[in-house]
This record gives sequence, C-alpha cells and structure tokens, in this order.
Amino acid sequence: MIPLEFPIVISGLLFALGVVGMMIRRNAIMMLMCVELMLNAANLLLVAFAHRMGDLDGQLVVFFVISVAAAEVAIGLSLIVTISRTKGSIDVDDLHELRD
Amino acid sequence: MTPAISAFVLVGGVALLAALAMITTRNMVYSALFMVVVLIATAVLYLLYQAPLIALVQVTIYAGGIMVLVLFVIMLIGAETMSHTEALRWQRPLALGLGIVLAIETVSVARSTALNPPMTSLDPSFGSPASIGLLLFREYLVPFEAISLILLVAVVGAVLLTIRRTRAR
Repeated sequence: MIPLEFPIVISGLLFALGVVGMMIRRNAIMMLMCVELMLNAANLLLVAFAHRMGDLDGQLVVFFVISVAAAEVAIGLSLIVTISRTKGSIDVDDLHELRD
Repeated sequence: MTPAISAFVLVGGVALLAALAMITTRNMVYSALFMVVVLIATAVLYLLYQAPLIALVQVTIYAGGIMVLVLFVIMLIGAETMSHTEALRWQRPLALGLGIVLAIETVSVARSTALNPPMTSLDPSFGSPASIGLLLFREYLVPFEAISLILLVAVVGAVLLTIRRTRAR
C-alpha cells in the first residue's frame, strides 16, 4: 500500500508547476496546456483518495473531468485559431483591444 | 520499500521532470511532447491505484486525442515561429517565488496527520470496467447525459468559431 503522502506531494508539485507555467508563459496554447496539467494533478489526487477510501465515486469524477477537459480544449483551440487569424499572434499580451 | 512504492516514486519523478521541461522549453512542439510524457506517466500512476479504465481513457483521450489536436493547431498556425516579447518582466521571479511557496505548502499538508483516512480493504474487482460501468449508468446517468450535451455543444461551437465566412455580398 502506497502511503498517502506520496500522491499528495506529487500532485501538489504538478499543480504548482502548472500554476508557474501559467504565469511565466504568455502563449495562449501553452497556457491551455498548463490548465490541463493542473486538471491532471487534481485527477491524480482524486484517484488516490478513491483507492484509499474504497469508493468508486472518485474515479467517476475523474472520468467526467476528462470529458469536460476535452470539450474545453476543443473550444479553446478553435478560439486560438480564430484569434491568430485575425491578429496574427497568440500572445495574450497582444490582446488588449478593450484597453485602448 | 515495497515495489509499488518504488514504482510510484520513479514514475512520479518522471512526471515531475517532464512537467518542468514542459513549462521551460522554448519550442512549443517539444512542450506538447513533454505534456504527452506527463499524461502517460500519470496513466501509469492510475494503474498503480487500481484504475485501469481511467488509465486507458487518459491514454486514448488525453494523450491520443487532445494532444494530437494541440499539436495540429501548433503546426497549423505556425505558433513556434511567432515572436515573443516580454511585457511584464517582474512577473517571472514573482511566479517562481509563489510557486515555491505553493510547493512548500503542499508538502506541509502532506506531512500533517489530519489527512489520514482509515485504510479500507478493497475487493479485487475495485475499479474494473464492469463496476465503473454499472455505477455510471445506475447512479450517474444524468451527469452522463449532461456530458454528452456538453460535448455536442463543444463540437458545434468549434466548427462555428473556426469556419471561414465568405463575404456574401
């Protein structure tokens, strides 16, 4: 049996890496992938606790999270494609039409 | 150290290193490929936790479907050749500092003893595709149908957003 500290530490570090990547990369696709990384960290913790508590509901939640992430990536990527067509850049710092 | 623990530490270390490489690599195609490594390593961790169906879903949908879509878009819009200018220079050291604080916080939470539910004995069929399917269609039928609606809307929305409108005049 794996102690519960291991998945908590690994999932927390993966989440922290996702947050740091979200803040240091200004590229829209990279930010989307960092969101996926954070979702992945949460999923790992859900599966670990489902195993520890003997409760299958955690695995079902992971199943739903993966499905919603697929929809989110499809919409996000199509938005990015449209933005790059109209502006020629996907740097989120360049998207400041509402400010000017 | 049992074999399960050493396997967990090894695969978890691979996932962490690949995630670090993913957020620091300049080339976006390499980043996407490192993300695939993270996803597959996480799938192996799911296998260690008796979640074979979730592991397979992770490999086929995430690593197989979503990341191929991301790679396709990166190459379609030529994102790896786009110029990059740093607008907020102070943000990078701040992000590193806050990330380290978050990591320390996580480790301290993991070391606290409050988070320690009692061990339950599992039957060998825990997490089998049959048991997950039964639970999904008996107790989670409404969320399942809602997910199908969300996916339908996502498909239609993706097509609508990227369609090239011809100037009808």
